[in-house]
Amino acid sequence: MGTTASQLGKDLLSEYQELTFLTKQEILLAHKRFTELLTKDEKDLPNTRIPMERILTLPELKSNPFRKRICHVFSTSEQKDGSLTFEDFLDLLSAFSDSATLEIKSHYAFRIFDFDDDGTLDCGDLEKLVNCLTGETDDTRLTPEEMRQLISNILEESDIDKDGTVNLSEFQHVISRSPDFVSSFKIVL
Amino acid sequence: MQVRPEKRERGKRRRVKNDQEAEGRERDEEEQTKIKSGKTTKTRKNEKSRKTEKEEGEGESEERNTKGKKKHGSAKKEEKEEDGGKRTVKEKAQDVKKKKHKKVVETSSEQETSEDNSEDNEEEDNEEKEVRPESLSPEELEKLKEAVDERKKLIQGLRGKPWPMKKKLVTLRESQEFVEKYEGALGKGKGRKLYAYKVMMTKKWMKFQRDFENFKTACIPWEMKIKEIESHFGSSVASYFIFLRWMYGINMILFGLTFGLVMVPEALMGRPYGSIPRKTVPRAEEASAMDFAVLWDWGGYAQYSVLFYGYYNSQRAIGWLKFRMPLSYFLVGVGTVAYSYMVVIRTMARNANESGVGDDNSFNFSWKMFTSWDYLIGNPETADNKFASITTSFKEAILEEQESRKDDNIHLTRFLRVLANFLVLCCLAGSGYLIYFVVRRSQKFALDGLENHTWWERNEVNMVMSLLGMFCPMLFDVISTLENYHPRVALQWQLGRIFALFLGNLYTFIIALMDEINLKREEEKIIKFNITMWEASLYNRTVLENSTAPPITIHPADVPRGPCWETMVGQEFVRLIISDTMTTYITLLIGDFLRAVLVRFLNYCWCWDLEAGFPSYSEFDVSGNVLGLIFNQGMIWMGAFYAPCLPALNVLRLHVSMYLQCWAVMCCNVPQERVFKASGSNNFYMAMLLVILFLSTLPAIYTIVTIPPSFDCGPFSGKKRMFDVIHETLESDFPAWFSKVFSYASNPGLVLPFILLMVLAIYYLQSTSKSYKEANVELKKKLQTQNEENKKKNKRAALKAQMDLEEARKAASQAAEQQNNNASLQEEENGEENHGSNQRLYHSKNGRNPPPAAGDQERQPPATRAPVPRTYHHGNHGAPGYLPGFSRQSEPRMYRVPSLQRH
Repeated sequence: MGTTASQLGKDLLSEYQELTFLTKQEILLAHKRFTELLTKDEKDLPNTRIPMERILTLPELKSNPFRKRICHVFSTSEQKDGSLTFEDFLDLLSAFSDSATLEIKSHYAFRIFDFDDDGTLDCGDLEKLVNCLTGETDDTRLTPEEMRQLISNILEESDIDKDGTVNLSEFQHVISRSPDFVSSFKIVL
Repeated sequence: MQVRPEKRERGKRRRVKNDQEAEGRERDEEEQTKIKSGKTTKTRKNEKSRKTEKEEGEGESEERNTKGKKKHGSAKKEEKEEDGGKRTVKEKAQDVKKKKHKKVVETSSEQETSEDNSEDNEEEDNEEKEVRPESLSPEELEKLKEAVDERKKLIQGLRGKPWPMKKKLVTLRESQEFVEKYEGALGKGKGRKLYAYKVMMTKKWMKFQRDFENFKTACIPWEMKIKEIESHFGSSVASYFIFLRWMYGINMILFGLTFGLVMVPEALMGRPYGSIPRKTVPRAEEASAMDFAVLWDWGGYAQYSVLFYGYYNSQRAIGWLKFRMPLSYFLVGVGTVAYSYMVVIRTMARNANESGVGDDNSFNFSWKMFTSWDYLIGNPETADNKFASITTSFKEAILEEQESRKDDNIHLTRFLRVLANFLVLCCLAGSGYLIYFVVRRSQKFALDGLENHTWWERNEVNMVMSLLGMFCPMLFDVISTLENYHPRVALQWQLGRIFALFLGNLYTFIIALMDEINLKREEEKIIKFNITMWEASLYNRTVLENSTAPPITIHPADVPRGPCWETMVGQEFVRLIISDTMTTYITLLIGDFLRAVLVRFLNYCWCWDLEAGFPSYSEFDVSGNVLGLIFNQGMIWMGAFYAPCLPALNVLRLHVSMYLQCWAVMCCNVPQERVFKASGSNNFYMAMLLVILFLSTLPAIYTIVTIPPSFDCGPFSGKKRMFDVIHETLESDFPAWFSKVFSYASNPGLVLPFILLMVLAIYYLQSTSKSYKEANVELKKKLQTQNEENKKKNKRAALKAQMDLEEARKAASQAAEQQNNNASLQEEENGEENHGSNQRLYHSKNGRNPPPAAGDQERQPPATRAPVPRTYHHGNHGAPGYLPGFSRQSEPRMYRVPSLQRH
């Protein structure tokens, strides 16, 4: 712990506290976990990016069906490879923390669900989402008929302006009424 | 995402152009107004702010990286440009602060693109800053203050912004710098010292708050344990442990109250053990008072100690502190109940706020879709279970939607349900009777003397209650399979039944206790009479023997005493808690641990697969455990007044069960097959807790108010009622006017209107909340109808435009025919083409127009794309020929302009 604290620097630490929903201990823990993922020679370099494959080995993300999407959404990498810097990692943890607001959680949830990054959830996105939720195995997959029915039901409910897609404000409207979104949209290190 | 760089390029080019213009203008102005610096700063700022606004628009459009919004954003920018143009003419002075604020956002968002530009700005800013403090009028200073405050607000709200960290960091640093500079400037004047001081203090205060927050989270125990369970079993199992921790916190406070204000003062400052009869073990019991069996039953020395009500003395003030013991005892008793009510209701209100409108069913499918994944799950097995349960829930929901209540054999199900309820009622009545019977029998045993009976006979009541609590739920489970309910409904029924069972048992127990209290009070009367006789005889004897001898001192152990029903009640509750705890732990060990061990190791030599087949591993029973916890707490609330040691015992119990259950869950339970949501049931548990709290305080309050306390034990001995202690304090410790005021205030003439007022307030609040809900529904309906209307209107407009174009096309084609008769065949195909593209043209004009149905979208492209080359040729010499090629790429973008944001 002592080494990580000195590595992070006091000013930076307090700035991170100001900018995220994390407490000091959580930031330090995140830093520790992050440096554990680094290889030997990467440790000396500042601002290293950890490739997505290594991020996904974290047990907190390992069983998550949206793990790749999460990495892509929080990555600031130019190559769109889903690699994360420490600051991206903090952003991720902040959005998934206990005290994050509903707005920020729903914003990121929307971007996670928006598989093609076009700013709306259309039929393709919804289908991919359902497939993520029902798992990879065939016996849990829905039949095409069920899928069609499900998606049309969802659009019926949440597509308020009837344009065939769910946009961010519609999504937030739906999510904000949900009793258990905030409690389940959480990742704790 | 790919769009960004080029976009930025474009934006940059545009910006550079604008800047050049603006700077040119600026320079001119500068030259003109170099002498009168004060006012020109403002104009210059206006210039800059215009720029920033533009750039901010750019930043916004960068934010939303959607293709569709690209156009939208640039359109907005154009508007902004126009705005800026107007402003040069008008020169609004009051916009200064706003712009300053905006600049922060801008400089951070596009720092890479226009570095040189922003550097210029910085320099100019610095110049301005140096001039400012001396030359500014108070009015402007006020504005500056506001700007600083706005920056601060920005800093505070920064963490709630969905930006990448880099951007946030830059913004934070810049605005902090700004705030510091300007605050320093503001602090220079005479009357501004206070301001600077205030600013400093708020800064310190913020830091302290943050540190305190960190400290608080560090103090929450078992965070890691719960997290581990969360990742293995999902949030529902973890919710039990969070509930347990919450309960532990409450019990800690109850324990602190009773321990600090009742037990410790009495032990330290009260009269020591053996000084008066109530603090001494009677002569008859002395021999066995230290036996373990007796102590285990909370008799002997345990009974005559601070642990129970009877030990406390009725002396008004004790020790050198003049501590008002009886008053403190009474107030702590009331305080624990009041505190519990407060905490439970506050938590309920907070939960209700968080969950919003709980039973709103309008987004059933969407919620299933968007919120059903539990991101805390980190265990592959649990994840698999979750996948399965989500799939089933989807399928169920679809089936429900499709069939919409198609019951095949309604008579049979009805019959079975009635039968099941009948059976459950029988069970409940049977268990109630059994407890009553056992309690009556134990009274008989108690009259005979406990020593003559076996262990079982002595502990019958508690054992029977615990066993019933253990086996009846299983029975209910079996019965509920008859009913064929939906699992969620079945779970609620099950919970309701167990609740009824526990409640019935508890109340039978209390009624039996009441009987016993009455018996004891009869006994007390006789003993009281006997004592007066005994005292009289004692007195007579001394008088007869020797009138000058000193009065005989009798050892307190020899003094006859009353039965002290309060201690008896306390003992019963303590025993109940102990046996309840024991059964819980033993069931845990046998039902979970032993079963897991057997299944694990017998599996090697068994004829079927034990792990997958019949016994398998047990699941963690969240609802049952929560109910057990709630009832346990109810007993604590009920008995704490008569046995101050109860909260301490409960803290111990909760502490142990935290560790034991955590261990048991991790080592011998498997994740649930049906992972149900935790948060939805949270308030359900809280509501049950509230009901239990109410029901358990009822008998306690009843006994306190109606039954006179024992004459020779406890802090209220010698008084007619326990609450007389309040009157006594009011009369002797407060000035006369205070008690007068109090007696007026407690007059029914005042109390009744007050209660009426409260009822009215409740009614008012309820009706307003109802009307809000209705308004909500109305608004939603309105929104929907408006959207539909818009859609219709758009369709009509589209149709009209199409007709117009058709006519124009016809006219043009006629003209073309006249020119070129050979082209008639191509003409027809072209008609089709135009049809499609006209519509598209329309869409592009009107950004918020909803697209045609999905089917149309899919159908159109092949129909329109195939004849492209030919129409292209045709378009070259036909009038409406520019149409086919129009903005094919931009088409999908236009659909995606969000309409809600504009509304």
